[in-house]
Amino acid sequence: MAQPTSTLKGFGVTFKQIFKRPITQQYPESKRPLYPRFRGRHRLHLHENGLEKCVGCSLCAAACPADCIRVVPAENTPDNRVSAGERYARIYEINMSRCIFCGYCELACPFDAITLGNEYELSEHNRDDQIYTKDMLLAEPIKKTPIADPSLFDTPIPYYKTSS
Amino acid sequence: MTEPWWISIIKAAIVVNVVLVLFAYLTWLERKLLGRMQLRFGPNRAGKFGLLQPFADLVKLVRKEAFAPSSAIDLPYIVAPVISAFTAIAAFSVIPFGSGWRIHHWQVNGEIANVSIALLLIFALGSIGIYGFIVGGWASESKYSLLGSMRTCAQLVSYEVSLALSVLGVVILGRSLSLTEIVHRQAVFLPFVAPQFVGMLVFLFGGIAETSRAPFDLPEAEQELVAGYHTEYSGMRWGLFQMSEYINLITLSALMVTLFFAGWHGPWHLGPLWFLLKLLGVLFAFIWLRATLPRLRYDQLMRFGWKVLLPVATINAVITALVVVWA
Repeated sequence: MAQPTSTLKGFGVTFKQIFKRPITQQYPESKRPLYPRFRGRHRLHLHENGLEKCVGCSLCAAACPADCIRVVPAENTPDNRVSAGERYARIYEINMSRCIFCGYCELACPFDAITLGNEYELSEHNRDDQIYTKDMLLAEPIKKTPIADPSLFDTPIPYYKTSS
Repeated sequence: MTEPWWISIIKAAIVVNVVLVLFAYLTWLERKLLGRMQLRFGPNRAGKFGLLQPFADLVKLVRKEAFAPSSAIDLPYIVAPVISAFTAIAAFSVIPFGSGWRIHHWQVNGEIANVSIALLLIFALGSIGIYGFIVGGWASESKYSLLGSMRTCAQLVSYEVSLALSVLGVVILGRSLSLTEIVHRQAVFLPFVAPQFVGMLVFLFGGIAETSRAPFDLPEAEQELVAGYHTEYSGMRWGLFQMSEYINLITLSALMVTLFFAGWHGPWHLGPLWFLLKLLGVLFAFIWLRATLPRLRYDQLMRFGWKVLLPVATINAVITALVVVWA
């Protein structure tokens, strides 16, 4: 408190703030739009003809640093053709409570079958609910998150992001 | 002019509840004001304007597990917050909040206990309350708590000297240790802020340090000590510590209103309402201080206490005494 005048000025500053409008964004009511390259919850994708893009190669599971992806492949048969390749993912599970959203899985995927989407409100009351099965990952997300206009950003958007 | 004993008990029940409600809404007011001063909203989810926030906090604290470290010394650990909370509430009993009324044919005094040494009693209770902080920190067998309670001990003991000395001028002018007498003197003379402005400033600084609030909140400096002496406390035991701290603040502000701002006196004879308004004004000043000033370093705190505050308080008391004797 060597400078009494500037200390007193500080009191004036804090007092003036009371009458200003708070700049807090009230989160659940007003959501900030996400930037286009945001990495949220995963999604699995289909080809146009309805076949799954995933061929069950487990490269995503190998790339995952958090070890949260579990893939159990099975052979495609003529009567049960699920994916475009030789094999398909019989079980595809992501443990969302372990995922660190690094995006290595989408980089590792040779067929762009998995991408990281936009949803980030992933809390559940139960740990078991954090495990996302293949059906959940293939389905359209229930909750919609607002996304900012990509033209506002000058970073290039990877081609696989455009599909999500 | 004496009042029957049962009126005291009824008044005590009322005042304790009023003080507790005041404490609950002081936390709300503090969070709200701090929020606004930092361009935030403060609590605004529980009820309109977050007005139910204190109750939500209370329910949460009561339901929370009161965890105790296994190495903690049981009895002191549990008793410490109780001591602090008890002395904090008890100190309020001698604060006069009105001039006294005649209801039916009973005399009702403006304070719970009309004690002739009220001022000494408040300081004594405050000192006992410090035991709660020290014992609690020591008994929880944690280095953070121990460091916190050591800091609390050193700080509160140093500043209590200045606090007591700063009041000496008022006692000399008021010629009494009874708070009621002091308020009456101010009504006929003038509020003691005018002749005792220096004393008021010393009391303010000493009071901030005594209630360990920013900028003198070193006993629980979050960034350095986790939470000071109550690091190992949780649930309602922690709540009791917090409560005692806030009620100490209210008591101290009430004491300041009584000693320097003429208590319940004011134009239009509003009585207790005046007292409450002045109390809120002082509390606002405390919150404002917290929002503005950064925390002192420990050596700065000690230097300020012993080398600035204590001499100023002593000189103020001596000069007041000389003026009263010779004029």
